[in-house]
Amino acid sequence: MSATANVPVPTTGITRRLLGNGLGVASAIVILLVILIAALAPVLPLPSPDAGELADAMQGPSPAHWLGTDTTGRDILSRLIWGARVNLLGAALAVVVALVLGVPVGIIAGYYRGWVDSVSGWVNDLIMALPGIIVLLAVSAVVGPSVWLAMAIFGVMLAPAYFRIVRASVLAVRGELYVDAAVVAGLPDSRILFRHVLSVVRAPILIQGARLAVIAIAIQAGLEFLGIGDVTVPSWGGMLNEGFRRVYDAPLLILWPSLAIGIVSVALVLFANALRDALEDRTQPLRRTRRHPAPATATASAPSAAPATEAPSGSLLSVRDLHVGYGYRSGEVEVVHGISFDIRAGEVLGLVGESGSGKSQTALSILGLLPFGGEITSGSIRLDGRELTTLGERRYAALRGTDIAYVPQEPMSNLDPTFTVGSQLVVPLRRKLGLSAREARARALELLERVGIGDPEKVFASYPFQLSGGMAQRVLIAGAVSCGPRLLIADEPTTALDVTVQAEVLEILRTLQRESGMSVLMVTHNFGVVADICDRVAVMSQGELVEEGDVRTVLRSPQHPYTISLLEAMLDESRTRDDLDATEKAGV
Amino acid sequence: MGALLLKRAISGLTLVIAISFLAQLLILPGIDNIARNVLGELASEEQVAQKATELGLDRPFFVRYADWIWGAVQGDFGTSFYSTQSVTAAIASRLPVTLSLVILVTVLTALIAFALGITAAVNRGWIDRLLQVLVTVADALPAFVIALFLATVFAVQLHWFPATGYVPLTESPLGWLASLVLPVAAMTISGVVGVAQHVRSSAITVLRSDYLRTRRSRGLPTRYILATTVLRNSATPGLAALAVQVVGLLGASVVIEMVFALPGLGSLAVQAALRSDIPVILGVLMTYVVIVVVVNLLVDLLIAWVNPKVRLRA
Repeated sequence: MSATANVPVPTTGITRRLLGNGLGVASAIVILLVILIAALAPVLPLPSPDAGELADAMQGPSPAHWLGTDTTGRDILSRLIWGARVNLLGAALAVVVALVLGVPVGIIAGYYRGWVDSVSGWVNDLIMALPGIIVLLAVSAVVGPSVWLAMAIFGVMLAPAYFRIVRASVLAVRGELYVDAAVVAGLPDSRILFRHVLSVVRAPILIQGARLAVIAIAIQAGLEFLGIGDVTVPSWGGMLNEGFRRVYDAPLLILWPSLAIGIVSVALVLFANALRDALEDRTQPLRRTRRHPAPATATASAPSAAPATEAPSGSLLSVRDLHVGYGYRSGEVEVVHGISFDIRAGEVLGLVGESGSGKSQTALSILGLLPFGGEITSGSIRLDGRELTTLGERRYAALRGTDIAYVPQEPMSNLDPTFTVGSQLVVPLRRKLGLSAREARARALELLERVGIGDPEKVFASYPFQLSGGMAQRVLIAGAVSCGPRLLIADEPTTALDVTVQAEVLEILRTLQRESGMSVLMVTHNFGVVADICDRVAVMSQGELVEEGDVRTVLRSPQHPYTISLLEAMLDESRTRDDLDATEKAGV
Repeated sequence: MGALLLKRAISGLTLVIAISFLAQLLILPGIDNIARNVLGELASEEQVAQKATELGLDRPFFVRYADWIWGAVQGDFGTSFYSTQSVTAAIASRLPVTLSLVILVTVLTALIAFALGITAAVNRGWIDRLLQVLVTVADALPAFVIALFLATVFAVQLHWFPATGYVPLTESPLGWLASLVLPVAAMTISGVVGVAQHVRSSAITVLRSDYLRTRRSRGLPTRYILATTVLRNSATPGLAALAVQVVGLLGASVVIEMVFALPGLGSLAVQAALRSDIPVILGVLMTYVVIVVVVNLLVDLLIAWVNPKVRLRA
């Protein structure tokens, strides 16, 4: 049932992790205790569950009857405990049947695939379409009311639940390299199955067992409530039935069996969850220890009192002492350590650095779109003198599209797969610029043509997954410039594209920039792109700005050692790229 | 879209036929008991044998199945062992009750689950923690136990709603609604958080996606983005979970109809099961399977409608 139960992780060490989970331990104790009490019922000093004097009927709790007596004077506690035997055994029977059928078939289907997989998959779908209780009613119509037979058949109906998770686990482990290696090494299948596959499915089997037991308990109690079952034996469902008949004068009678079902089921669910969490923990990296002291949060929301340097006149964007951090408490991990730069109106600034240098984080913080958990911990971002870091979401949204726009890196993952390209272009035009539907459509088609799309009508009606990467990136550029932004933030806009398409996309960006006079922040790791399009360049390394200046100056005589090494490292790559470009241009 | 519809309809039909065969197979091991069950312990061997012949139980399996399926495709499920009423008529008279339950619960579950799941994903905080607690509770308590509590508190103690009975919609819309409030509430409470949990986790994935960030970078209001991008992209897993939930919900409806004494298919099935009325129980079983198939078909169509990938690649 749980997708997370499919994580292929060996079980070693999980027990220890489970013991660290208070709820997990408590629920395990409750389950064991209930099983123990039920098992010991014959030797416990309990009144007989079946004997009762009518004169003692419907009594409240007393020292003789801790929970009181039922409608015929029988001891409720004793009936609950004896009922636990029936209900726990019934649930166990169903789970064992499901296990015996589902696990081997799941392993075979997942390991060998082929016809076993298709046939069992089909049977799985078939059983999933059946409401279990109706089938059990049909069975009891034929063979008479027998809880044991009903639960065995219900086990068959639960088998697909085991089948699915075991098959998925095995499929996952089958694709692992170490299993391939074992196959290549010529180990027999049986050995691989035991050594690698079984160890992977052990924990999911236990988790699923607890969940299925909950379902089995519910259905058995339901059947007993309906009167399908041995009425001479005490059971929780039977007690609910008897209690509900007297709901008008003794509503408490249904409370006790409900509590019994509820407590056991909650314990099983919590146990399954704790086990799942213990499994998941293993796949996650160890929690970061808080080594960096959190920076003073006093300045978190307020812009720096005195910017390090005044923004030069004519500056459109002015970033001062920007700090960006991640973590539950801001600043647990700082990725940008106080950078400052300006972009003048109509200027193209390249922000260069290797991956992880913090350049994308800087770009996203200007947009106010840092990923979950990230935030600006201190510093100031001003657009045309207006402070952005303190802006509420609504006002920020009003700025986006018309003042600041964004071209992302990965074209294929940045378009909404459920809406057409046309709708994604038209909606901002209508909402931000107030165009009519017809005007917006005409404008969107015009934009698509301007970014070099040959058949705008067709692309307009397409869904993103029907486009190539180059096409999608053109669409994203068209969307970014559609509302005439003053500042375009392009985050590695050519990195994910084919080399041949890269040059075209850069050319489109350059043309659009020249025509509209917008400023551009070009985030890139490629000095070729910088040389192509930028006026000035800022170099970032490990969250800090190490060099900034005119493109020609920086490229010809870099000052900072990091810039020099970056340029040297790129020399070979850029040469081959230039060669490619040259041959490409010659070829066209 | 048409191709998808046809494909799903054919697979649904295959499923119905396969289950009809399986159901007949299921009663085969006990076929000799049936006449005895109908007549009771005191009947003589001859009487039992005569009854078996009368009910057609002594015919070979395939003859019986062929006869039954031939009738079934014409809408004739035979006659009850105990009355002259045709099974089809009995089912038809009780179908509105069960359908009222199922439709109301499915629609309510879908609405609440999506609202709850997306709210929990967006706001996290207390509403998310509450959802996690409720998921555990709803996982653990059978729907009919919830129903017993609702009946005890709101019908028996507080007299807010009728404890038992059913008023047809055509007779009194308000009475119809009042008679269904508690059963519908019990089933919705039991099923809604599970679906909401699926919606929540897929909505969280959407909220962290690149395309959501890009949509936000276009300056669209949050409300609009939630109602379009987030809703549509998290709909597929949520609807799939809903389809699974409906099967469980039909099972729960059987017991819940008994709790509230609703004259639906479920109580018909229980009555038939307790007295071995095979034609009735087979008819009810097939009706449930058809309901499941139709609901799955509708959900598939809904998924295809919101998810162009499914629609265009079918």
